[in-house]
Parts: sequence; structure tokens; C-alpha cells
Amino acid sequence: MTRLPVSMILGAALSAVFLAMALLSFVWTPHDVEQLVIANRLQPASSEFPLGTDQFGRDLLSMLMVGARVSLAVALVAVSIGVVIGVPLGLAAAATRGSLLDELIMRGNDLIFAFPSLVIAILITAVFGPSAFNAIIAIGIFNIPVFARVARGGALSLWTLDYILAARVAGKGRTRISVEHILPNIVNLLIVQATIQFSLGILAEAALSYVGLSVQPPVPSWGRMLSDAQTMIYSHPMLAILPGLAIVLMVLGLNLMGDGLRDLLDPRLRRQRQ
Amino acid sequence: MIAVENLSLAIHGEAILRDVSFAMVPGRTFGLVGESGSGKSMTALALMRLLPESARTSGAVTLDSINLLDKPEAEMCALRGNQLGMIFQEPMTALNPVQTIGNQVAETLRIHGIATHADARDVARARLDRVGLPQIALDRYPHELSGGQRQRVCIATAIALRPRLLIADEPTTALDVTTQAQILDLLRGLVEEEGMALLLITHDLAVVADMADHVAVMQAGEIVEQGPTPQVLSEQRHPYTRALFEASDHRPARTPRPLGAPLLTASDVDRHYPGPRTGLLRRGAPVKAVDGVSLTLKTGESLGLVGESGCGKSTLTRALLGLDKVQGGEIAALGNPVSPAMPNALRAGIQVVFQDPYGSFNPRWRVEHLVAEPFHLLDEKPTREDRRRKVGEALLAVGLQPSDMDKYPHEFSGGQRQRIAIARALITNPKILVLDEAVSALDVRVRARILDLLADLQDRMGLSYLFISHDLTVVRAITDRVMVMQAGRIVEQGPTEQVFAAPGHEYTQALLAAAPRLPGYARPS
Repeated sequence: MTRLPVSMILGAALSAVFLAMALLSFVWTPHDVEQLVIANRLQPASSEFPLGTDQFGRDLLSMLMVGARVSLAVALVAVSIGVVIGVPLGLAAAATRGSLLDELIMRGNDLIFAFPSLVIAILITAVFGPSAFNAIIAIGIFNIPVFARVARGGALSLWTLDYILAARVAGKGRTRISVEHILPNIVNLLIVQATIQFSLGILAEAALSYVGLSVQPPVPSWGRMLSDAQTMIYSHPMLAILPGLAIVLMVLGLNLMGDGLRDLLDPRLRRQRQ
Repeated sequence: MIAVENLSLAIHGEAILRDVSFAMVPGRTFGLVGESGSGKSMTALALMRLLPESARTSGAVTLDSINLLDKPEAEMCALRGNQLGMIFQEPMTALNPVQTIGNQVAETLRIHGIATHADARDVARARLDRVGLPQIALDRYPHELSGGQRQRVCIATAIALRPRLLIADEPTTALDVTTQAQILDLLRGLVEEEGMALLLITHDLAVVADMADHVAVMQAGEIVEQGPTPQVLSEQRHPYTRALFEASDHRPARTPRPLGAPLLTASDVDRHYPGPRTGLLRRGAPVKAVDGVSLTLKTGESLGLVGESGCGKSTLTRALLGLDKVQGGEIAALGNPVSPAMPNALRAGIQVVFQDPYGSFNPRWRVEHLVAEPFHLLDEKPTREDRRRKVGEALLAVGLQPSDMDKYPHEFSGGQRQRIAIARALITNPKILVLDEAVSALDVRVRARILDLLADLQDRMGLSYLFISHDLTVVRAITDRVMVMQAGRIVEQGPTEQVFAAPGHEYTQALLAAAPRLPGYARPS
């Protein structure tokens, strides 16, 4: 095993901190985030409120913790939608390359790529109402073509290898070859893409909740914390800086981890590094 | 005069070269021969000072009594391309695909500040003419040229400044025999006319015998023997030289047996690919990759199929294995029609071994799993113990240990992997084995052992082989009958010895004339 790249360690550490915060928020937060205590409004950082409070007297640390949970959950489910639907589509397209099915899948991908995601999200919300569930659907749909494309690209180069030919000589069909031979050999690519999509999902969730289209009050989210802090940015800048910093650090951590994983898992890059 | 004196090289503390010494004379060719991993290419890279960062060298490489190993990198840059030129094995990757060939040849001149843009183009034109490409315009791109033409462009680039030393690292290994002969002719002419020294690195003794004035034989980072080529090759003082020589035209012992009924037949098989798109809905004429091919493989027979790259051998192989549909004609194996829809039981009777010992296995599977994959063809899958027992027997049959089944493919050498590939092909007890360039990627000694194994398996199991190769020596060693394929057609066929001794078709004659031959020195006993 080679040395782990520094970026990988840093990224994994950052991501782990936020994950720990999110998990902890399920069982314990310093204060109840749904309880408004106007007497405590706009407190500076203190031993009781480590990061201070907002204009409704809610503890900022507690809100950031629950917000991390919301961000991670939305991004995780959205990425899963992309993987579960996109990867089989990409494998099917590669297995039947050049056929009508391949064309249909890939042109369908192009169609989804051509829509701006925020517009679709607004559309979904306009029809079904704003909620975390609808935000997940909106973000998830746009992950499908990404994973389909990565899976197809990786699979296409594998389909030309002799061991695939050997499997065909052993009487195995396309589906079986895709599952037994192709999928395990493109898992690397998919893991790296998943980390990148995960960080993009967190950004998308922040954007949607900023315009009020994701999880609804009183559940806090990073995006809405930002939009709520907008009016007080000059008097109480920390209210905007803290959720902004959380988003930046989380995305940075995931991107660093994605880069590190790519270096680690891609044998071509691994050889270069040595 | 370029001399290498006691050159030693270590990478990460591991010795790669030990006390390598030899000298090269202007206007002469020095051959460096050895198997893969013997350190041939590392010697060349050490001469050019193109070694990886972690490499540590000692000894000296002297050019006009100046030690190149002491030179700072900036001075080496001035020497490379100017005094020292180099060409590589793979002409496609040695050229930049997005630059015209004219620019790539002229680049050397401009980098060294020898010529202005316009002059450089004139020189590039002259050098391309010299390497035999007068008809190729300077503004062509590498992908528009054939493999042989690309290698000529690489040579033009390397000799643009008339270097004192030209290093050619396996310059013809990726080329067909007829192209190889032309490239070797070109190199020979350049050495004579331009008076440069040529360091020719190759695994092929026949090429060295044909080209080099002096030769050094390299094994495991050391030169075991060197001297004038005729002397080294005829005396063969070192056992390693002798082993290489013997392996180079090794013929496995085969027991002649009466041939049985036809097992695999093809009659008038056509395999066409759709032509290139010429418009939105129009396509050009279809490409006839296989054009009216007929063949018969009898029980116990070993049938060779020879041809250069692009002649349709691989396409024909895929059709014979029932992987691709044919557009015309019929294929039958073991009395049943062959097609992509053929039953598994029939597939089990005709198996295949591929060329590339590295691409033939899923790197994530253990050998047990890999070798047992064709069990998928059986109606009754063996139980786990049964499976392990059969895989163990198959590994023993190909000269490996049953305990090897728990390892991964990357733990084996190229020759061992090819044994695993043979074990996989034999696990369903097929009657027909298709060997698609099965020994082409192997070193000569390993190749000789695999050929012995194949001959032995044929004797023991009564197999019939369809042996596909571009390598005439190998085909001659292991086949009873041979077919020569050119541009999708079989142009000549007959008993192997007869075809090789008296080729009838002009293409066969050209192939045989182009193949470098080892001189028939009497072997010292």
C-alpha cells in the first residue's frame, strides 16, 4: 500500500467531522432548535451558546448540526438515486453499444442534461409543494445521467478486453457479463464520481433551501440560515459566515476526498505518482 | 566513439543493471539482445539520461571522452535529439496525435535553434524524403499514416540533426514482417550513409543476426557475452546465449497421427462490416473483413492461419467461435451449425486462448474462479469440491500447482498466465482449441515451453488446434497444415512444410522473404 495523499486525509477528516455532527444531532444537540426563545436573541458566543444565537434565540451550533444532517441526508439519497438508476442504464447502453437502446438511453441523458436543475426543482415544487422529499427527487434526477455516462464510458473500454471475450466464449450473456465482470471493475470510477456528486448535491440542497424549496421550517438548513441572515449581514455577520463556512468546508472536504480517492484508485495515476 | 563503462543502475535500492560495458563505433550497428526485464531498455534510457527520478547510476557513459552521467540536465537537453537520437517500439504513441508530422520533425531543429521556421520545414521535407516518405505531405497527421509510415516519421525525427548515436528500442516489434524488413533496410542504409552508430535493442536473435556487427547478450541486468555477431552466434559460449538460440526456433516433439473426420468446417464465410458513413443516411460500401473463406479442421490436426495485421484473422476467429454473425456461408463444428445462438454444449466443445496474457483475466478474480468460468456452459454445474478438484487437475495438466488456484492473476508471470488461459480453455474438455496469437507476446524461452505444452496436450488429449499467428517460425513449428490469409481471403494453403519450402502465391513468397532468419550455425554440443 502506498502512502495516502495528504489531500485525502484532510478531506476525509473534514467530512468525518460533519458526519459526526450530523449523527450526533439525532440523539443530542446543545439546545432544542425548534424552540424560539426571544429573550436569548442575537447572543454572542458564550459558554451556554458556543457559537451564539440567531434573531429568534436559537442556538447556532445546534442549528448547524441539524443542518448538516439535512444536507447529508438529501445529498446521500439523491446520489443513491443516481447510482441505482444511472449505473444500470449506463451498463445496458455499453452492453448494447451502437444499438437503438444505447441511442435512446444516451439521448435521454442529453435531454436531462439540457434542463437547468433549479428550474426543474422549482417546477416540481410548484406542482407538489416544497419539501425535502421533492428536493431529493429534483437533485436525484440530475444525478442519473452523470452516473449513466461514467458507467458507460468505463464499461465501453472494458468490453474490448480479452477476458470479456473469454466470458462470451464461456457462454455468458450480456447481463451476466455486465454484473460479473464489468461492474466490479468500474466501481473505482463510480466511487470517485459519487464523492463529487455528493458535494454537488450538498451545494444544490443549499441553493434550493436558500430559495425555500427544500426542507421546511422549523427544521433548520444551511441554505435557509444563509437567507435568514441576509438582512442582518452588517450588524451580525457571524449569522451568515457560520453556515457559509459549513457549506464551504463540507464541499471542500468531499472534493479533496474525491481527488484523493481518484489518485488512490486509478492505477494510471498511481503509477505516475510513484 | 561512444562507450559505456561499468554502468550500474539501481532503482529504489534494487539493482537493475550491473557493470554493463560496451562500445559503439560510428557507422556500425551494435545489437543488444535479451528477454523482457533483462535491462535492455533501461540501458538505453541510462544512455539518454531519461531514467526515473529514483534511479541511481554509477560508472560512465562517455561521448568523446566526456562522461554524460556527470552532465547537468540542461546540457543533456542540448545533446538529446542533437547528438543522441532515439526511436521506440510503438510508433503510434511516440508521435503527438494533434500535431502534423512536418511540425514534429521540424521541432527537433527548432528546439536546438538550428533552423528558422521556414528552413526547418525544408529540412523536415528532406529528412522525410530520406526515410522513404516522399509522397507524404508535411501537413498530414499521424493517424492518417500506417504503422510502418509512422515508424519512418519517428526515424526522421530522430535523425533530423544527424545524431552521432541512434538508439532503436524494439523498433519493429509492433510491425508486420514485411514492414519490419523495410524499416530494417532503412536503418541499415542510414547507418552506412550517415555514419552514425546504431544501438539496436531487440528480443529477436534473427533481427540481430541480420543487422548487427557486434552483439551483446543481456540477462538479468548483466551482459553475459559480447563480441562480433557471427562469432557470438556461432560459438554460443554462454549457456544463456545457447538457450536463447535454441528456443528461437524451437520445434516441439510431435507424434504424427492419422487424421480423423472433419471437426470444424467453414464454407464460403463472409463477414462484412457496415461501411463508413458518407452522409446522414448514406454509408459507403461495406468492408469485407472476411471474404469467402472456406476451411476444414480435422480431428487431431493442427491447422495454422497466417497473415499480417488487418487481414481478417481475428474477425474470422470470432465468427468461428460463434461470437459474431456471418453475412454469408456456413460454419459447422462437431456436426452442428455455429452461430451466436448456438447451444452451450456446442460452445463447450470449442474453446480459445488469446494473445494478451494481461488482458485475458478479470484482475479481481482468483484463479479458481477464472479457470472455472467455462463451467457456466455445463447443464449440471459441479459442486464446490468438485470444482476445486477439476480446476486443480487442469492446473496440473498445464504445469502449475493446484495451490495456485487461490492466487490472483497479477501474481503470475506472462508465461504462467498463458498456462492459466490454457487451463481455462481445457476445463470443459473441448475437442477444438483456437489459439489466437497465443504465444506471440511471450519471450522466446517461455514461448518454447508453451509450445511444448501445447504439443504434449495435443498428444495426450487428442485435441485439434486452429493456430492463428503472424509469426511464421511458430506456425512452422507446431502446425501440420497452413493457410495464408490476405485482405480477407485465403490466398494459399497446403501442408506446412510444403508451403514453407515452395510457396506458390506471391504474397506467401513475400512474407517468407521478409522474415528475418537465424543463420543455420552448427550447434556446439
